[in-house]
Amino acid sequence: MSSTTIDMAHSPARARSGRVWLFGGALVAVLVAAPLIAITVLALFPSENIWGHLISTVLPRHSWNTLVLMFGNGLGVFVIGTTTAWLTSTCRFPGRRTFEWALLLPLAVPAYIVAFVYTDILEFAGPVQGVLRDMFGWTSARDYWFPDIRTMGGAIFVMSFVLYPYVYLLARASFQEQSAVLLEVSRTLGRGPWQTFFHVALPLARPAIVVGVALALMETLADFGTVDFFAVNTLTRSVFNVWLGMGNAGGAAQIALVMLGFVLLVIAFERIGRRGRQYHQTTNRYIATPQHELRGLRAVAAILACFIPVAVGFLVPAGVLLRHSIVFFDQSWNADFFGFARNSLLLAAIAAVAVIAVAVFLAYGQRLSRSRSFTMLARISILGYAVPGAVLAVGVLIPLARFDNAVDAFMRDWFGISTGLLLSGTIFALVFAYVVRFLAVGFGAVESSLGQVRPTMDMAARSLGAGPGRTLWRIHMPLVRGSLLAGATIVFVDTMKELPATLILRPFNFDTLATHVYQFASDELLEQSALSALTIVAAGIVPVVLLSRAMNRPRRGGRALTPIEAGLTDSR
Amino acid sequence: MRKSAYTVASATLAVFLLGGAAMADQQAAVNAGEVNVYSYRQPFLIQPMFDAFTRDTGVKVNVVFAPKGLVERLKQEGANSPADLIFTVDIGRLTDAYEAGVTQPVETASLTNAIPQSFRQDNGHWYGLTQRARILYASKERVSPEDAPKTYEELADPKWAGRICTRSGSHVYQVALTSAMIAHYGEARAEDWLRGVKANLARKPQGNDRAQVKAIKEGECDISLGNNYYFGKMLQNEEQFAWAQSVYPVFPTLGGDGTHVNISGMALTKASPNKDNAVRLMEFLTGNLAQQMYSEQNFEYPIVAGVPEAGLLRSMGELSADSLDLDEVAAHRKAAIKLVDKVGYND
Repeated sequence: MSSTTIDMAHSPARARSGRVWLFGGALVAVLVAAPLIAITVLALFPSENIWGHLISTVLPRHSWNTLVLMFGNGLGVFVIGTTTAWLTSTCRFPGRRTFEWALLLPLAVPAYIVAFVYTDILEFAGPVQGVLRDMFGWTSARDYWFPDIRTMGGAIFVMSFVLYPYVYLLARASFQEQSAVLLEVSRTLGRGPWQTFFHVALPLARPAIVVGVALALMETLADFGTVDFFAVNTLTRSVFNVWLGMGNAGGAAQIALVMLGFVLLVIAFERIGRRGRQYHQTTNRYIATPQHELRGLRAVAAILACFIPVAVGFLVPAGVLLRHSIVFFDQSWNADFFGFARNSLLLAAIAAVAVIAVAVFLAYGQRLSRSRSFTMLARISILGYAVPGAVLAVGVLIPLARFDNAVDAFMRDWFGISTGLLLSGTIFALVFAYVVRFLAVGFGAVESSLGQVRPTMDMAARSLGAGPGRTLWRIHMPLVRGSLLAGATIVFVDTMKELPATLILRPFNFDTLATHVYQFASDELLEQSALSALTIVAAGIVPVVLLSRAMNRPRRGGRALTPIEAGLTDSR
Repeated sequence: MRKSAYTVASATLAVFLLGGAAMADQQAAVNAGEVNVYSYRQPFLIQPMFDAFTRDTGVKVNVVFAPKGLVERLKQEGANSPADLIFTVDIGRLTDAYEAGVTQPVETASLTNAIPQSFRQDNGHWYGLTQRARILYASKERVSPEDAPKTYEELADPKWAGRICTRSGSHVYQVALTSAMIAHYGEARAEDWLRGVKANLARKPQGNDRAQVKAIKEGECDISLGNNYYFGKMLQNEEQFAWAQSVYPVFPTLGGDGTHVNISGMALTKASPNKDNAVRLMEFLTGNLAQQMYSEQNFEYPIVAGVPEAGLLRSMGELSADSLDLDEVAAHRKAAIKLVDKVGYND
């Protein structure tokens, strides 16, 4: 990643074609940023100014809770993700090859379902405490102490085990890419495996880990389902209290902007974490990473360290869902089931392609322009990832409806026909919302992998007469295909799970698996929709496993495919 | 690379086809005189009544359900909104829709005759559909009927310290109760009451109304607040049957009046493209058949006088509702939410 700029001004025709990319990229960025801008505008005109009230009552406490939750989750995903990544990529122990992909599985389970399942199991009325009471003859809650799952601790527990795969994914790729030579040198110079980990591998993997943690933190900020379920009062919950309770969308948008302040914190953390750590592979030599053989107790410890996250984040919730699906099969199974599944899969597939297409446009425009303002625009357009889905949905409603109504007015004035709402309340609105929400994932993947393509490649192609479009299509796309695939996979899985925006924006009589599950889960009747919930998980598993396999396959030129080095990465 | 070109092309095509199909659907629905509903209620609760309407009239009913954001959607869609009706589960949202200016008045003889004045907006901007009473559930084992609180006010009595469970104080049902308290006593005394209840809570507010009854069954607390229909719903559910069996319902009074009630309701949207059929649906739902279905399937109290309530409701006891005008309750809800924040009820 040298800083060589690409000179595009050789011929007028090419300059024009370059401008098309710039202009197109900027346009896309503005479109994607429109909902965020709409929310900002909304915040400027609240129906009632409630700042005084909020600051004197809940805001400080809820901000503090948000910080604690972020810190807890950040630490949780860091420890779980890094440990498991290190074990599976550098050590040899029984089951390692299975854990390699199994550790990604929690990604397929929606966090609110995990929260639901654990509350069921661990609360006072659940089987765990029930068994304990039977064993020790306790009768009421006053007889003993048991950690309450519906607390901050419970939320951190659940979210850490659901979100750690982001860190795992990135850290493992980074460990695998580290030159084997480096680690061997460390060992031959007398460093033990622990020292090698702390002094060589971890610092080298720091940028990747930091990106993973940042992604998890953004998800944490946007989450409403889990914190609401656990009665943890975060800023996201305040947003909804102000909005729904007081009917004050403007006030809610203001709190959402406070949350953007937290996002800036995350970004700052990410920047500082990556500072000066742009290391480049100096060699293309790829040796299968040395496998440090673990035996006896160490092997057992390694197996446990990998098994627990898989069990907590995937096996237990999926098992409970499976049991409910079987017991309540008659109620779960109905003729509409296939319709829900089709809608979910189709939407997820379309969203995945759309996000990656937009991301390529943005990232390539940025590569061509090398301008600060373009980069800024791109950064703003991916902030949707940290905004709660329901708030984002309102942000999406505003520009779409404005557009529809403007077109309608124009057509009425000039042709006397009403076009009604063209985009609002259609699939398009949903896909648009998904693009805004998940662009960070796709953009991160595309941007970081494009960054690894040397600018000399562009120059060679361009000097041979290819325009920027052709260069992208013939040179870059084949090179970064793997990363695009990885990014698309995550977007696919995330879209399957997405709930709040889908609920608000969907067309009439249109249900997905997630909205179907919600209808029942919100009434404490998850059992009756367990089959749909299980299908969300199952549909998520396939791409996740494929992703894992793709990452393992060494690429021509010597290294494993770049995984999704997602979100907010700066390749320069 | 050609393959990915195909992928991109076919995905784009799929978006347009799907989007186009959905748009055509929407247009067709508007044209065919179908009634389009934005609903804050879970569709599985109201679908049977809609089906009955369709059987009766041949008019199809289309639904979008979301727990939040529908008023915003109406507002943004403006004059071109395809929605005809909006359904809510409480008076607060109904008032929100009215105040957002997305409703229109409708007055027909059958609507005004069917629905008592306290359960509709004066100009016909909204109508109540069903009544739900916010009652107490008391532990059969640990609270004798003589000792059970007779009033909401008593919930703040220190003798219940560590024995009460409620859901989040910010939930619309709790907010409505606090609003009613403000309407009866003024803010200062309502605040004292809320602090008193907060001090008596056995645990941090969490879960929904059913979860509170479950907590009573498991011995975590002895008294909970909940809407009346959950009693019937729990009795119908295999797993929750035992929860309901562990409690008995108590109808407390407020300010020496009656039991606090809320309504589920409906409003005609300002932009309603199929006003005629929409009003027909409103009339159908306030008719005897639908009111009785509501009561029997969802265990809510019919809002139309003379419609028999479900047998289970009768067996639970006599409902004597607070005579407070619901507009009053709605008027204080912002103040109520601020009180909840102020006393830190949810922390």
